[in-house]
Amino acid sequence: MINISELAFSYQGRDAELASSFGMRVRSLTVPVGATTALVGPSGSGKTTLLGLIAGTLRAASGSIIVNDEAITEFSDKDLGQYRLRSVGQVFQSFELLDYLTVIENVMLPWYISGDGMQEDIRERAAELLRNVDLTTKQTAMPGELSQGEQQRVAVCRAMLNNPPVLLADEPTGNLDQENKQNVVDLLVEQAQQNDSTLLMVTHDESLLSKFDAVLDMRGVAQPLKAPSQE
Amino acid sequence: MSGALFLGWRYLAHHRFKSGILIASIALMLFLPAATRLLVEDSATALTARASQTPLVLGARGSELELVLNTLYFHVESPAEIENRAFTEVQATGFAEFIPIHSRFRAQGVPIVGTSPDYFGFRGLTIASGRQIGLLGECVIGAKAAARLGLGPGDSIISSPETVFDIAGVYPLKMTIAGVLDVTGTADDNAIFVDIRTSWIIQGLGHGHTDLAAPEAGAAVLSRRNGVVTANASLAQYAEVTRDNIGDFHFHGSTDSFPLTSVIVVPPDQKNAALLRGRYQDNDLLQLVVPERVLDDLLQTVFAVQNYVVLGLAILGFATTAVITLVFLLSQQLRKGEFHTLLRIGASRGYVSLLIASEIGFVLLLSVLLASGLTLVTRIYAMQILQTFLTL
Repeated sequence: MINISELAFSYQGRDAELASSFGMRVRSLTVPVGATTALVGPSGSGKTTLLGLIAGTLRAASGSIIVNDEAITEFSDKDLGQYRLRSVGQVFQSFELLDYLTVIENVMLPWYISGDGMQEDIRERAAELLRNVDLTTKQTAMPGELSQGEQQRVAVCRAMLNNPPVLLADEPTGNLDQENKQNVVDLLVEQAQQNDSTLLMVTHDESLLSKFDAVLDMRGVAQPLKAPSQE
Repeated sequence: MSGALFLGWRYLAHHRFKSGILIASIALMLFLPAATRLLVEDSATALTARASQTPLVLGARGSELELVLNTLYFHVESPAEIENRAFTEVQATGFAEFIPIHSRFRAQGVPIVGTSPDYFGFRGLTIASGRQIGLLGECVIGAKAAARLGLGPGDSIISSPETVFDIAGVYPLKMTIAGVLDVTGTADDNAIFVDIRTSWIIQGLGHGHTDLAAPEAGAAVLSRRNGVVTANASLAQYAEVTRDNIGDFHFHGSTDSFPLTSVIVVPPDQKNAALLRGRYQDNDLLQLVVPERVLDDLLQTVFAVQNYVVLGLAILGFATTAVITLVFLLSQQLRKGEFHTLLRIGASRGYVSLLIASEIGFVLLLSVLLASGLTLVTRIYAMQILQTFLTL
């Protein structure tokens, strides 16, 4: 479960231009365990920022975020890193695969960072994930040799490597064609359900909303501290 | 830790062309000054060692360095020649052991050294296969030259004429190889040794031909007057000394006037050495030099030049380091997105720093290994390069 209360955030101190243009407040938000939720809203409404706060890559100015009984707003930077590796799987719009690693090595990237567990077990888990998304034959390929749809499937496998209880996807279909959009969302929802993970996905595509348990409009969740601009 | 090392290695391996250039640049930056210093030091040691084993060298007045290099390394630039008379006269003093050297000719690029049997004892040269020189026209060959030319006992080698149009008498002589010398690691490995009289035959001062008194020489005889026989050019000269024709080989004139390039002088003690040096101090035609001192003078110059070279390389190295650092920093800028991804997935800033450090470490390690390998190879072949250079 994700519980957010009295959360305030601004870009103050990070980037002078953004600081003058954006900040947000979330009074209360609860996302149940295992729910698949689509986050919608206009650009600049704070969707990506909210994901960043839940992932711990952004720090709130005040308020609390509790993820599965852990108050991550109290975590140190080091703890937040461990938390992301252990509890959060992230899928990004531009895939963000490392071009110098093979497909299976990209899926194993969280392990190369954490070093937790036996390499053989992790490799077996990565191979299994790739098998589930029909990429068994591409294990040793480089990302540049894959189509965009395939790259995003690899990114989903990377996010799922540690069976994270929280799966965050920031417009993962933004760079994909219609067929691949459907496939990737199906895959994310399926993986989240199989793993009983809480899925929060940012999207602008209304055709995908029916695949989620809930749709959360940021306009009803967060209040801007200043006039929103381009996100 | 191991994950960062793995990622660092994979990055370098994936961008192997870029990494290769970086590694090669750093390796060269390390290799050049190290190799220069080692090469000079090894060369100095080798030069000094052979020079210190050769107490004195007698030769014609002129370049001391040319005289020493020709005597020790059979350098192609022959010094002015001296007459054999100088050798017999100094030998008569009994002040030292004297070894004549006549190093002027070549066979397939290998120097031919005319000398006496004493040379082999003096240099500690032993026969690896075959036997010592027994007859005029025979030779023994150094180990490396034999290996390079694929020659062994019983084979033949022909001396090279000095010029194609040399009609004055330096005819190619076919020499039989009597033996191959053991490896010594010195210039002797790349030389052909003949009796001093054989080298005079090569120079055309001695020759063999049909006995002019024999009936078969009749057509070649132009006149017989007062015991003097004049023959025309149809008289066949032998190009090889064999057991059958060895008796027909002879020298015209006195061997006292025949040439030598130098004489190695081995005095038994300092006193005799001093007496000999005094004897030639004011001689207008001859000089007696101490090879070690001559090469020391040369090495002083080499060391001075080396210091300038190393200084130049150090400046070049500094510039290269600056460029490499700049390239590296620009590369880090280009990789900001990649590092951001690692941080977003859960890596700490320390992990990213470790990744960068591991890449730098690998590059430096491979550069040092490459530079060490190149230096080692250079050192192994340094003496060969030096000897080749000295005999050129």
